[in-house]
Amino acid sequence: MQFMLLFSRQGKLRLQKWYVPLSDSQKKKISREVIQMVLARKPKMCSFLEWRDQKIVYKRYASLYFCCAVEDQENELITLEIIHRYVELLDKYFGSVCELDIIFNFEKAYYILDEFILGGEAQETSKKIVLKAIEQADMLQEVRNTHIACLFVLVYEVTIGSFPSC
Amino acid sequence: MSDVVEKTLTALPALFDSQTGAAKITNRLRQLIKSITELTSKHEEENLIKQELSAMKEQVSSPNTTMKQMREIMVRAMYCEMLGYDASFTYIHAIKLAQQGGVLEKRVGYLAVSLFLNEGHELLLLLVNTVLKDLQSTNLIEACMALTVVAQVFPKDMIPAVLPLVEDKLSHPKEIIRRKAVLALYKFYLIAPNQVQHIHAKFRKALCDKDPGVMTSSLHIYLQLIRVNSYKDLTGSFVTILKQVVGGKLPLDFNYHSVPAPWLQIQLLRILSLLGKEDQSTSELMYEVLDESLRRAEMNHNITYAILYECVKAVYTIHPKAELLEKAARCIGNFVLSPKINLKYLGLKALTYVVQHDAKLALQHQMTIIECLDHSDFTIKRETLELLFRITNAQNVTVIIEKMLDFLCYVPIKTLTFAPDNSWFIQTMNDVFSIGGDLLQQDVPNNFLRLLAEGKPEEDDQLRLYAVDSYLTVLKGHTSHLPQCFLQVMSWVLGEYAHLQESVDQREVIQFLTQLLDQRSVSSETRVWILSALTKISEGQTDLILDLAESLSSSQDTVLRQQAQELRHLSQDSQLHEWALPRGAPWDSIEVAGLIVFPYYDKLFLLKLHYVTFGTSVKTFNLAEPKITFSRYSNFFRCTCICLYINFVYHFSSSTLILEGVKRVWGKDGYLPQKEATAPLVDEPSAAVQPPGQHEAAERIESRPEPSTQNQDKQQLASSLFVGLGVGSSMSLVRKLYYDGFTVSLRGNVVDCLEARSTSVCHYALLMDDPHTNVSFTGTVSYQTQPGHTNTLPFSGTLSTADFIRPLVVTTEEYGKLWLSLSHDVKQNLKLLTDAGDPLRTTLNALKDALQLHVVDIIGSEGIVACRLLSGAPCLLHCRVNGTALAMWLRSPHPALPDCILYHCQRALTHH
Repeated sequence: MQFMLLFSRQGKLRLQKWYVPLSDSQKKKISREVIQMVLARKPKMCSFLEWRDQKIVYKRYASLYFCCAVEDQENELITLEIIHRYVELLDKYFGSVCELDIIFNFEKAYYILDEFILGGEAQETSKKIVLKAIEQADMLQEVRNTHIACLFVLVYEVTIGSFPSC
Repeated sequence: MSDVVEKTLTALPALFDSQTGAAKITNRLRQLIKSITELTSKHEEENLIKQELSAMKEQVSSPNTTMKQMREIMVRAMYCEMLGYDASFTYIHAIKLAQQGGVLEKRVGYLAVSLFLNEGHELLLLLVNTVLKDLQSTNLIEACMALTVVAQVFPKDMIPAVLPLVEDKLSHPKEIIRRKAVLALYKFYLIAPNQVQHIHAKFRKALCDKDPGVMTSSLHIYLQLIRVNSYKDLTGSFVTILKQVVGGKLPLDFNYHSVPAPWLQIQLLRILSLLGKEDQSTSELMYEVLDESLRRAEMNHNITYAILYECVKAVYTIHPKAELLEKAARCIGNFVLSPKINLKYLGLKALTYVVQHDAKLALQHQMTIIECLDHSDFTIKRETLELLFRITNAQNVTVIIEKMLDFLCYVPIKTLTFAPDNSWFIQTMNDVFSIGGDLLQQDVPNNFLRLLAEGKPEEDDQLRLYAVDSYLTVLKGHTSHLPQCFLQVMSWVLGEYAHLQESVDQREVIQFLTQLLDQRSVSSETRVWILSALTKISEGQTDLILDLAESLSSSQDTVLRQQAQELRHLSQDSQLHEWALPRGAPWDSIEVAGLIVFPYYDKLFLLKLHYVTFGTSVKTFNLAEPKITFSRYSNFFRCTCICLYINFVYHFSSSTLILEGVKRVWGKDGYLPQKEATAPLVDEPSAAVQPPGQHEAAERIESRPEPSTQNQDKQQLASSLFVGLGVGSSMSLVRKLYYDGFTVSLRGNVVDCLEARSTSVCHYALLMDDPHTNVSFTGTVSYQTQPGHTNTLPFSGTLSTADFIRPLVVTTEEYGKLWLSLSHDVKQNLKLLTDAGDPLRTTLNALKDALQLHVVDIIGSEGIVACRLLSGAPCLLHCRVNGTALAMWLRSPHPALPDCILYHCQRALTHH
């Protein structure tokens, strides 16, 4: 996998992970280009796109697009399932995840991604094991947060649906 | 897990101190995000982030900032960077955080490092010691974080420093550590393969690891290794693993939608196909498990299809086994016929792969392929073309190339709908033109110009302006290598829109274009475009233009001379210029190219401005009064104009020639009222003129002043004149079509009145003196239903050379004599129809049926055939059976006739 992008229907980047070394300007250019291309696709079209000498595999979950660039030889369907598994992981971790969860806890989303995909390859595909690893690392924070008992209730006018149950 | 809890619990007291800080932490980020979502414009966002960044800058440089605060700053910095703002001042602090912070800070620090820095970044060197320290840490989480960062970003030169530590981790008691270590080594292998040469034995250990996760990870390495070395001895192990996985022997955790470890399966299938490639004995080991995989993957879920796809690929890659191939082919059918578009796509992809081994497989799915070729989804279309490309052979090459060219035309226009901005679009089109160049189908530049022209002035001036700017920059550089079509596009755009750019001196534009004219590499056709552009922007720059016109008036090129003349006249008369080439005039629908034609009739002159459209009709504007007087030029002058004109039409109508008569408004005695019919394609007086009294066709056709013999002379003159004229290949084509004379043939059909419901038949003979594969003609019938009210009916049709071919009946001796006297010949191998006993006779008969040829004689494996064009020119064909092909040798006094006949023969045989 070359990179993974998460962006909203409005084209706002929510998460970006690059598995190939690129300069910042290249990254910006590519993400702009890819987001444009994916947003221009109609709903009934297939989830794959030829892009440069690579394939863009994307899927929309509620208001969020998940998009991966893979080598041309790669199996597009399995990439689609990688995306799905990542969504399942997020869903399980946040409990019925929605775009806001990812916006406000984007670093958590990164931790989960890093535990799932490492260096562009699927590292661990068992949901249970990935989440166990995250939980272990989270342990410190969890303990602290319960002590702080500080709750944030966020009410936004933006209504963002949660992902379909995975 | 218990040891982790222990470790973390010991760290807890220190964490409790910072409760309030932590509250702030999340607060700040939330506030930032919240305020950003409330903003309405990009500009406001920029300001807010700018403030935020400067506040952060202050904070990070302050000595009082605690690690916890730093952690919070880092998260905000990541957020700002994600939004596209530069927060590079925090990079060094990210490294510090990873170095000095507690576990929590480390986690954020490492994450920030992996997001901010890439492999080549120099700051990474500062991270090496931290990584080394954490790799040796007894804290599981610290070790995990270090391994994670190593597997993501690590400088190549520093690999040796950490390699021994990572290697040691391969035998760590915790599987998560082993797994990450394997992936880190995989990463090392990718960036520096020779560094990890010595640990191949340890990879084997990882492959046999009791934890499926570690084993799966090791497969990434093997997939790479197998490409270089053969690991045939491991085939048995891989087969066994796959058997176990398929058989459901793995823990249920690894199931994905009830499919056991699909990622692992796919990885193994890839490895097996590499191992079994061109190796029968190895392939035999895996037949059974492949069969099992094909059989097991029956559930209707994407994941099973993903496995199936990989299976099919493996079956077709390894040494073939008929039974498996058959099953795999059936599988592809399921993909291709699936209503799910993603599966269809993968089916096409699989087909593309397998047709390389067995082209016949594509036959079963012909209809689907045809449907997909016109699919609205670009990706599907593109993949279908890829498939077609693989099955191209001598028989279908023309059709396939045609489809691909269609696609190519489609691309640039399609891109516009996605074009993020004007500059991108123009730049992309510049690339298309300079790379694709003259190989592009004419539609591409045409459509591009059309897009520019069709836009509304206010909306698209921006795009036009950008194009003008971009082209001026291009013209400032070296222009000699640019393709002609690009130069033409640039000339047209500059001619039309250079005035939009107020900051550019029009004189400069004129100079650029004049320089282009002088270039040797510029073709005559392009010169015509450039001069047209110059004509458009010449206004007010009389001195420059007169110089130019002067220098061109001695040009060898008639067309240029004529245009220079037009240029001179227009530049001297601004009123006329304004009238003839109105600036910024609204384009009626799609009319684009402007061309001025100055036909010459005795002493009267006519200025006609033709807006030539992209394919269908021609608009003619007449100037009521002649304003320009030419000294008598020469007789061919007029032909030049017409040819030029036709040339234009031809260019904009891509493949068929659309010829429309230039309306005449001036006769011998002065201005003629609008009462003529225009029709094309020439001809001599019709033999079938019917007595005027019998029918009432209301064709109102005016007579031509010149007698037809004079026309013939002109035509001949024109032909001979244009032979040497290099106005591209289309010129020779233009030469072949006569415009003059047809009006003469229609003269007898003028009828006075028409009775109700009566019909009339008018016959006109059309001769094709010089052949072209296809010509279109158009014409109009004018009639009056009541006095003073003229109705016009347009008509059109297409004719090919085949319509003008007649058998030429000669004896073998006459044939022999004629053969020797003919000068132009063409040789080509054609398809031989082999489905009958006598292939030669069958083929010749097929040709005879399709094309009205006369088969003179057949002697053994040779046959001679003769035909003539309706107007007289003969063409002799000599055919000989050459293996499975028919070697055809054509001769004719006419240079273009053999090519045309050959084309139709090819068509006839292909469609047989």
